[in-house]
Amino acid sequence: MASETTPIRARLRLPTHLLRPGGGGFGMVPMIASVVLALIVLAALFAPFITLHDPVQMSPAQRLKPPSAGFPLGTDAYGRDLMARVIYGARVSLIIGIGASICSVVIGLAIGLVSGFFRYADAVVMRIMDGLMAMPSVLLAIAIVSLVGPSIWTVMFAITIPEIPRVVRLVRSIVLAARDEPYVEAAIAAGTSLPRILWRHLMPNTFAPLSVQATYVCASAILTEAILSFLGAGVSTETPTWGNIMAEGRMYFLIKPELIFWPGLALSLCILSINLIGDAARDILDPRMARRKE
Amino acid sequence: MPAVNIENLRVAVTRGGPEVVKGISLTIERGETVCLVGESGSGKSVTSLAAMGLLPKGSLEIRGGKIEIDGEDALAASPAALRRMRASKMAMIFQEPMTALNPVMRVGDQIDEVLKEHTKMPAPEREKRVLDILEQVGLPDIARVRMSFPHQLSGGQRQRIMIAMALVLEPVLLIADEPTTALDVTTQKQILKLIKDLQVDHGTAVLFITHDMGVVSEIADRVYVMNHGDMVEDGPIGALLRTPQKEYTRKLLSAVPSLVPRPGREKPQKAPVLDVNNLEKIYGATSLFAKAAGTRAVDDVSFNILPGRTLGIVGESGSGKSTVARCIMRLIDPSKGQVRIDGTDIVGFSRQGLQPHRAKFQMVFQDPYRSLNPRLTVGESIIEAPVNYGISRTLAMERARELMVEVGLPADAVGRYPHQFSGGQRQRIAIARAVAMEPKLLVADEAVSALDVSVQAQVLDLLDRLQRKSGFGMLFITHDLRVAAQICDEVVVMSRGKIVEAGPADRVLGAPSDPYTRSLIDAAPGRDWDFANFRPMARAEGA
Repeated sequence: MASETTPIRARLRLPTHLLRPGGGGFGMVPMIASVVLALIVLAALFAPFITLHDPVQMSPAQRLKPPSAGFPLGTDAYGRDLMARVIYGARVSLIIGIGASICSVVIGLAIGLVSGFFRYADAVVMRIMDGLMAMPSVLLAIAIVSLVGPSIWTVMFAITIPEIPRVVRLVRSIVLAARDEPYVEAAIAAGTSLPRILWRHLMPNTFAPLSVQATYVCASAILTEAILSFLGAGVSTETPTWGNIMAEGRMYFLIKPELIFWPGLALSLCILSINLIGDAARDILDPRMARRKE
Repeated sequence: MPAVNIENLRVAVTRGGPEVVKGISLTIERGETVCLVGESGSGKSVTSLAAMGLLPKGSLEIRGGKIEIDGEDALAASPAALRRMRASKMAMIFQEPMTALNPVMRVGDQIDEVLKEHTKMPAPEREKRVLDILEQVGLPDIARVRMSFPHQLSGGQRQRIMIAMALVLEPVLLIADEPTTALDVTTQKQILKLIKDLQVDHGTAVLFITHDMGVVSEIADRVYVMNHGDMVEDGPIGALLRTPQKEYTRKLLSAVPSLVPRPGREKPQKAPVLDVNNLEKIYGATSLFAKAAGTRAVDDVSFNILPGRTLGIVGESGSGKSTVARCIMRLIDPSKGQVRIDGTDIVGFSRQGLQPHRAKFQMVFQDPYRSLNPRLTVGESIIEAPVNYGISRTLAMERARELMVEVGLPADAVGRYPHQFSGGQRQRIAIARAVAMEPKLLVADEAVSALDVSVQAQVLDLLDRLQRKSGFGMLFITHDLRVAAQICDEVVVMSRGKIVEAGPADRVLGAPSDPYTRSLIDAAPGRDWDFANFRPMARAEGA
């Protein structure tokens, strides 16, 4: 068999094949994951309507309060509503996750197609990609953010760059395998121009594996964003993000661990559900992988 | 007691799917070779897998019937018992020995492992046994072969290793599933002889699965014919070939192309459409640091084709015949020489420069399952070239519908996708695509090799009919002398990149002058049998 691709997996994962009953169809676990992710997305979209307080409004009288009717998850050191902050934090995470995965897939697809099809471009492009992959992505992101200055767009850009090589490698491997398929040769024999062969005969082969890869990139981007925020190299501290909340809560960890627990839980659930959905998508789009597991 | 007794076996797709083997019965006596013949999808391989207890779990299941191997019920056996039976009583060899051998293990160790796993022989005795079986399967230099890895051996040698592994435990039954299909004819002949000899020595029962009537006539004692999961007919080989009882068997036999070349056609007095001069293709000649010698895949090849005529290039794998076709199509760049198509040398052209000339020569590929883009409708595939050359989509699609009818498919088939068609239909579509531009030259690279014989005959007919109608010259690449005899006016025989013999088909195939050509013809399976007329071949001249 020709085109065999194994998507690179991100970090947080459960062994779904052990949890899925019987296999076939959309199993229980991906279903729950979809519901969780949908809840997170809805909460982020309708944040102003479901929160009781402004997430940045400080009220010194209410510092470090335990959960109550007014503040369901309590308040932080500045008297801000923790629940509102966690819900608003989902906005940044999702924007960066989705934005980074779209950007890296689009850019990576273009580079990968060229690199896979043109031998002379391949050597140069792949060395650059190797170089990029050799740098720790968080370090590279910190460097970019400190150069350009912190904003949500800079962070997205900084996270996209290190994700590109992974997409390029995936696309390139698919193109390399598909390039020698007789139907591509038939297209050459039919006098089809090279850009058109790339567009019409080669690119569609990448869609299924790419959409799986996109979910992993998304999860990984959300995690990287949280790390950057936590380190203070991400989105400015005025904006509530899961990483920022945890960074601020770190100081009060011993007296009020919920400050880290709730954003941490939101982050874990979000990444876990995206990865589970990615695994399920892979099983559906690449049935050979799924069958191998049973 | 027969070695194998299968009664009323039924196999179906799981979860209530259709039956693919519909109640067949089959017996094999010890020391007997039984051929199971049928076209693709007839259920012959499924039957053999069922006998081995190797049906793919979760997709095929046994619905009923009985399988006895050496008197032992294989269907009632526990997994452990079945495993023991597979080791000691039956063995199987496959079509592709490369994928059936472990690539990172020395072949001697692989045979040794079989013995270690299933016997209590001490190591020195095992070693003796390994050398002994390697000797028996006729491998040269067994001390070296034993220490080789699979990739260091040729296809024929690998198949011998597989046979050695299968026979080292002296099984009662050997199942051979198309064991020679991937091999060259000369190698095939040797392997068939080997199986026959070993069977006589060991008294093994052989279930030989094949689609090739020529092979059947060489090796079978008895024949079972299957079609769509039903047993059509069975009988001793002579009777079945001489007096087949059922219509299907007659059809199957009649479809086997004859080795007798087609009657010569009158040569048109026209300029050649294809003129190949001193063509050369060397692989890996320019390394980064030094000028390496490289592999001469095509060496000084010259021939020409007149309009309306067909030239066949025959040869075994590695002879360079496909490389010639790919050079002519400019899918690869020749190292040297000229390829004149309709008077224009296309070797020097750049990709863009070649563009206006591409329409004049088109190609039909071997594998109809891979030569059509699975994501495009058949119509989209056919109109790709016309649209590239500036014909409007509507006009091109109109023409595509006509072409579909011309190749024997419904006009509305243009809207369907390749997977909705059978292999033969797909090859018709590929031909329609190739002739859509009304080329002067059609290059067919093993265009019927992946098809069943009955379909093969139809596709050959189609090519012949289209050629008569539009008068294109055809370059027909094949390894199958029978096919070459049916369609070619001229034949070029290639070996190791060089032309060893060339000339009119009736002379080259009928009275070959070169020893290599003669050995090829000698090795053609079933050459002594005139299948279409149900009688042995009248031996005209003692070849």
